[in-house]
Amino acid sequence: MLHIVVCIKQVPDSREIRIDPNTNTLIRQGVPSIVNFYDLHGLEEALRIKDQHGARITVVTMGPPPAEKSLKECISLGADEAVLVTDRKFAGADTLATSYVLAKTIQKVEQEWGPADIVFCGKQTLDGDTGQVGPGIACRLNLEQLTYVGKVVRVDPEARRVRVHRYLEDGIEVVETSMPVLITALKELNEVRRASLPGMIRAARYKPVTWTTADFPDIEVSKIGLKGSPTIVAKTWVPEARKIEGEMISGDTPEQIAEQLTAKLWESDLAEKLGWI
Amino acid sequence: MARERTNDQMPDWSNYRGVLVFVEQRNGIAKNVSWQLLGAGKKLADKLDVSLMALVVGDQVEHLAREAVYYGADKVFLCEGPELKDYRTRPYSRITLKLIEEIKPEICLFGATATGRDLAGAIATHLPTGLTADTTELDVEPHPSRLLLASRPAFSEKMMATILCKQYRPQMATARAGVFQALPRDPGRQGEIVRIDNPMSEDQIAAKVVEFIEQRGGVNLEDAEIIVAGGRGLGGPEPFKMLQELADALGGVVGASRACVDAGWIKHEHQVGQTGCTVRPKLYFAIGISGAVQHTVGMSNSEVIVAINKDPNAPIFQIAHYGIVGDLFTIVPAITREVKKRRAAKLDPTAAFRA
Ligand SMILES: Cc1cc2nc3c(=O)[nH]c(=O)nc-3n(C[C@H](O)[C@H](O)[C@H](O)COP(=O)(O)OP(=O)(O)OC[C@H]3O[C@@H](n4cnc5c(N)ncnc54)[C@H](O)[C@@H]3O)c2cc1C
Ligand SMILES: Cc1cc2nc3c(=O)[nH]c(=O)nc-3n(C[C@H](O)[C@H](O)[C@H](O)COP(=O)(O)OP(=O)(O)OC[C@H]3O[C@@H](n4cnc5c(N)ncnc54)[C@H](O)[C@@H]3O)c2cc1C
Repeated sequence: MLHIVVCIKQVPDSREIRIDPNTNTLIRQGVPSIVNFYDLHGLEEALRIKDQHGARITVVTMGPPPAEKSLKECISLGADEAVLVTDRKFAGADTLATSYVLAKTIQKVEQEWGPADIVFCGKQTLDGDTGQVGPGIACRLNLEQLTYVGKVVRVDPEARRVRVHRYLEDGIEVVETSMPVLITALKELNEVRRASLPGMIRAARYKPVTWTTADFPDIEVSKIGLKGSPTIVAKTWVPEARKIEGEMISGDTPEQIAEQLTAKLWESDLAEKLGWI
Repeated sequence: MARERTNDQMPDWSNYRGVLVFVEQRNGIAKNVSWQLLGAGKKLADKLDVSLMALVVGDQVEHLAREAVYYGADKVFLCEGPELKDYRTRPYSRITLKLIEEIKPEICLFGATATGRDLAGAIATHLPTGLTADTTELDVEPHPSRLLLASRPAFSEKMMATILCKQYRPQMATARAGVFQALPRDPGRQGEIVRIDNPMSEDQIAAKVVEFIEQRGGVNLEDAEIIVAGGRGLGGPEPFKMLQELADALGGVVGASRACVDAGWIKHEHQVGQTGCTVRPKLYFAIGISGAVQHTVGMSNSEVIVAINKDPNAPIFQIAHYGIVGDLFTIVPAITREVKKRRAAKLDPTAAFRA
């Protein structure tokens, strides 16, 4: 049977984050925590593969203890097992340190429940927004890598091949590769299902498997958390709104307005740059 | 007296020098972001007094190596082969890694495109080093620190963060398309082209690109000099025809806010903003667009912005050079007529008097 690992991250809904205009700092209070929505599309695709071929689905996250809530949500949707990797020592990780811990986690998951054939990640998160963790995990576990996947065309457990559509800026790439493979999910991939009643009941009782650094005897502490992170946020600032001496154009009729506007444009140096005159 | 080595003290990286830019291409046509990155890289290289290098990978792409020189590279590494026609993570990352390990650049830049992010993410992990994502500002501290100051928007573009990589080399960043300026193409420029080998053969590569389905429909917002963009104020898909007429009269293309894309009035490829394209045309019309920050981050660097909105308090007016308060349905056609008249006058100077 296929074993699919889905990486999910609990994130503050950054769409709801506001900036305090007096202190120029983020107001995080009252901002809801959600499962990064791309990750839910990854989970949904795993569930569809499970529906079609049969599969075991393990969801993993690295995060603080409240991330348990997100794992339970995944269980309610149909995941078989959920793992929370949590430790203060993991805090402050950038993408390099994050992919290190997640790769270690997936290896441990494989020891517990068998080798992973497919790993799903989201295209990117709502908070860090880098899209780097997926490729980082693939690199560390030597998995094939299919990013920006908008459609899974076919999963062939016998031939151990998958065919997908990658949605790129200029078109769709149809690409096929071998398992084990890491796929990063776009929202175009599918429509996420709702939790079933039995799913919700199972989730309510479910206690995620929790691992700390103590559960990883061979983890290198120099590679985790803040210490293991090469990138440093040196400063943050709120970009100043561009100050423009704007000019309002008015007139009694649309024709007058149009005539004034075009006159201004044609008098400016734009006209020459754009080859209008 | 022995000095304590603090965390902030930097290792000796003096053997890492130069700036390397990855040139992204498809079917022998380079992505513009590549030339924009050479433009950004040139400034960094000049400030550090080092050379600007480029890497071109593909099948029959020697002409792109020359183009890279015209766009500012001093030295171009060229890796060609039929198995490199399409981008695939394994061979491309092997080639790039091997080159980085050999030439030891202090800074590596990639486009923040699907390909650039896919590739840079793999390489940075392998090296290992820090990788700053999706930067929109790049600068360096001068010698001796030589630190790359890579700045990127954060928290739905509400903030900017400057990210450093002190303890590892090279310093890597992906950079957003349409933000940095390419140098003018100079076919007289001289540079060195160095061929390098592909260490992988086809049978070692599991991934097969079956097909590529082009989906450009002719819109190329990032390169457009004039964009006529519409928002929810249009009320439906029909009025986009009116915008197209103005765009045609001006020689521009049609853009849109996300509200219109979400409503299904126009395709996503027309979307400007945080989750669409970042554009910097010479002239941008914002028509029936309120000016939400997620929209304006994608267009506020336009040279001239014209806003048309019936609400005098719409935030878009704060960044507009010319503002018109009124009904777009009467004003836009009037502007189109006026533009046609003026442009006809250029072709036939007497036309204006006969109109
Ligand atoms: C404002 C800001 C800017 C940052 N900029 C950078 C930067 O430029 N470079 C850098 O290296 N780091 C950066 N970071 C740190 C980065 O956000 C963290 O490393 C984070 O742990 C993972 O990166 P991400 O959120 O970008 O994930 P992405 O790479 O965008 O995530 C992709 C997918 O990986 C999986 N995933 C990611 N994190 C986890 C997790 N903890 N548990 C399970 N699955 C996960 C999910 O499936 C997710 O959809 C930044 C953080 C902030 C707040
Ligand atoms: C995570 C995230 C990412 C996003 N990314 C993007 C993005 O990439 N691009 C983007 O555009 N948005 C994006 N948005 C959405 C953004 O926040 C706004 O909702 C959106 O830009 C609003 O579009 P609009 O200005 O067309 O619509 P509205 O805000 O509804 O504005 C319509 C305007 O039309 C005017 N109007 C109405 N009728 C007329 C008339 N007859 N004549 C003249 N004026 C008229 C109204 O006064 C109003 O100002 C994003 C949001 C989130 C949360």
